[in-house]
Amino acid sequence: MAKSPEEEHPHKALGWAARDSSGVLSPFPFSRRENGDDDVTIKILYCGVCHSDLHSCKNEWGVSSYPLVPGHEIVGVVTKVGKAVTKFKVDDKVGVGVMVSSCKKCDCCKQDLENYCPQMMLTYNSINHDGTKNYGGYSDMIVVDQHYVLRFPDNMPLDAGAPLLCAGITVYSPMMYYGMTEVGRHLGVAGLGGLGHVAVKIGKAMGLKVTVISTSPKKESEAINSLGADSFLVSTDPAKLKAAMGTMDYIIDTVSAVHPLLPLLSLLKLNGKLITVGLPEKPLELPIFPLVLGRRLVGGSDIGGIKETQEMLDFCAKHNITADIELIKMDQINTAMERLAKSDVRYRFVIDVGNSKL
Amino acid sequence: MGTAEEQKVQQKKAFGWAARDTSGFLSPFNFSRRETGDKDVTFKVVYCGICHSDLHMIKNEWGVSTYPLVPGHEIVGVVTEIGSKVEKFKVGDRVGVGCMVGSCRSCDSCANNLENYCPKMIFTYGGTYYDGTTTYGGYSDIMVTDEHFIVRIPDNLPLDAAAPLLCAGITVYSPLRYYGLDKPGMHVGVVGLGGLGHAAVKFAKAMGVKVTVISTSPNKKKEAIEHLGADSFLVSRDQDEMQVAMSTMDGIIDTVSAQHPLMPLIGLLKSHGKIVLLGAPEKPLELPAFPLLVGRKIVGGSAIGGMKETQEMINFAAKHNITADIEVIPIDYVNTAIERLVKADVRYRFVN
Repeated sequence: MAKSPEEEHPHKALGWAARDSSGVLSPFPFSRRENGDDDVTIKILYCGVCHSDLHSCKNEWGVSSYPLVPGHEIVGVVTKVGKAVTKFKVDDKVGVGVMVSSCKKCDCCKQDLENYCPQMMLTYNSINHDGTKNYGGYSDMIVVDQHYVLRFPDNMPLDAGAPLLCAGITVYSPMMYYGMTEVGRHLGVAGLGGLGHVAVKIGKAMGLKVTVISTSPKKESEAINSLGADSFLVSTDPAKLKAAMGTMDYIIDTVSAVHPLLPLLSLLKLNGKLITVGLPEKPLELPIFPLVLGRRLVGGSDIGGIKETQEMLDFCAKHNITADIELIKMDQINTAMERLAKSDVRYRFVIDVGNSKL
Repeated sequence: MGTAEEQKVQQKKAFGWAARDTSGFLSPFNFSRRETGDKDVTFKVVYCGICHSDLHMIKNEWGVSTYPLVPGHEIVGVVTEIGSKVEKFKVGDRVGVGCMVGSCRSCDSCANNLENYCPKMIFTYGGTYYDGTTTYGGYSDIMVTDEHFIVRIPDNLPLDAAAPLLCAGITVYSPLRYYGLDKPGMHVGVVGLGGLGHAAVKFAKAMGVKVTVISTSPNKKKEAIEHLGADSFLVSRDQDEMQVAMSTMDGIIDTVSAQHPLMPLIGLLKSHGKIVLLGAPEKPLELPAFPLLVGRKIVGGSAIGGMKETQEMINFAAKHNITADIEVIPIDYVNTAIERLVKADVRYRFVN
């Protein structure tokens, strides 16, 4: 008979899990594996609440397996290192993002693109090589192969830095890959949530002109005064949309709901690039004429490799970029999820795991 | 009075075949061309390719046509007269004109040899020239064109088989270069085996790329492999074949202009692969986000190419002996040819 989550590994752990597609989370005792030679054991202090956690808890992508402990913006302190570990020592401040394993042998892994490895293992809702489930960061500790652990820069606050481990790399990687780094170019950021607000900050740090594209006029003041965006475009206003046509070099589309692409494509200049990082459940409608007549492209991107994630953290530390967060205790998570579903957060909830009663 | 005669005084008599209404039926049409200006080149039209766009335009399928409409933008011929400021050509030169005859010459696109993306780009036919006159295309006996929009056809390229390169050729050559699908050893799929598709196979092979033709018609396989030199052939309606080919291609050039599903094609791409759309269906296509993100894949578009690149493409074709596979027809066969084109009954371009 299969062992219970509490018994399958040697180290007892406590977390909060969703049990079914209602998505409601509740206390969940389980266990973590022995710290192997290449592993690092981390006491978790903070964990960001990503919209993917919400999608997963409610099985909106149809791939969830319960009980499900979400959380892939994990920050903590090293409590144990395996014999072969060279990158970290006890008491180091570290982070874990969206993946905890890959094959390490394929072309993608060899090019520091572990995130595209066909055998990449997600931090939660995936199955280990030994058949046990992976549980995420809404918990008190985690054991991870050192290769997939990030060093937290000294000057970066742990709580406000946590969301960078998913939101940060998810926007930084395509900005680098698709060449959105030429000073003076014009970047549009569609959607002003966890991903969007970080994209604005990173875009400004790269010397780009940034316009926030949103359906909510009330976000304008914050976008400009607090986040530093250069302008704000209400995408449901046809006159404003028309005036901005053909003005942007690139757009990062962070919106995870189904939405029309034609207005966004029309904002792009010749050779413009629309990069989508949100994951709507249903296909989007792609009008072809704007692609052909303006040699524009639509691309995707999915987090980033470990090397690039470290590079992103160091970049953010250098430019004092962190997420704007609302700190919560673990027992407030269900309310936070409900608010997240209504986009009622400026701009990421972060669970103060270290100070929560699990 | 016909529109041609109502226009400003133009002094060269010209004869062509024009569509008069959305039936698309073409018939003889007398009109006139402008006098050769300082920077103009006048040439006798020897051949003109029949592009599927001609069919769309004569039937007003894009809603932008005005009649009478003389189509034709794959035009080749021999220079008969040059203006006083023309420097690049002389009488007797073998030349060609493609899809455009004018642009603003001052915007960023024009300054970067991307006249095809200039917002004021003037189409070879169905457009309005700087002097307010309607432009008439190559289903006619002469052309008068600004030298900037003329390419030289090297001596070793036969004029008739070179004509389709002026639209079909550049339309596939440009994205192979721009999207980096031209590196030896890469694997590129070509969707649709018509005028554009067969040209794409030839150019890609000449660039050292492995080519798979993707088609709904199994009966095109023999020709694709034995005659055009494709490395393999994939029947897109065959689920098993498609499954085996998943994640094997660096890029796909999609020449199909009808509505068709993108998802199976995106599945054929390796990670970081690119699919370039050249045919433009009227309605949007469905774009699934997951495969795009999880493989960091790209869907892009492209439209013909600038003049500098068009000349580069012609020179590349001459060097590698690339010409279109054509069926030469007399002009009075043109309506039958158009009907056959609708049914894709041509290997692979008519030239009149």
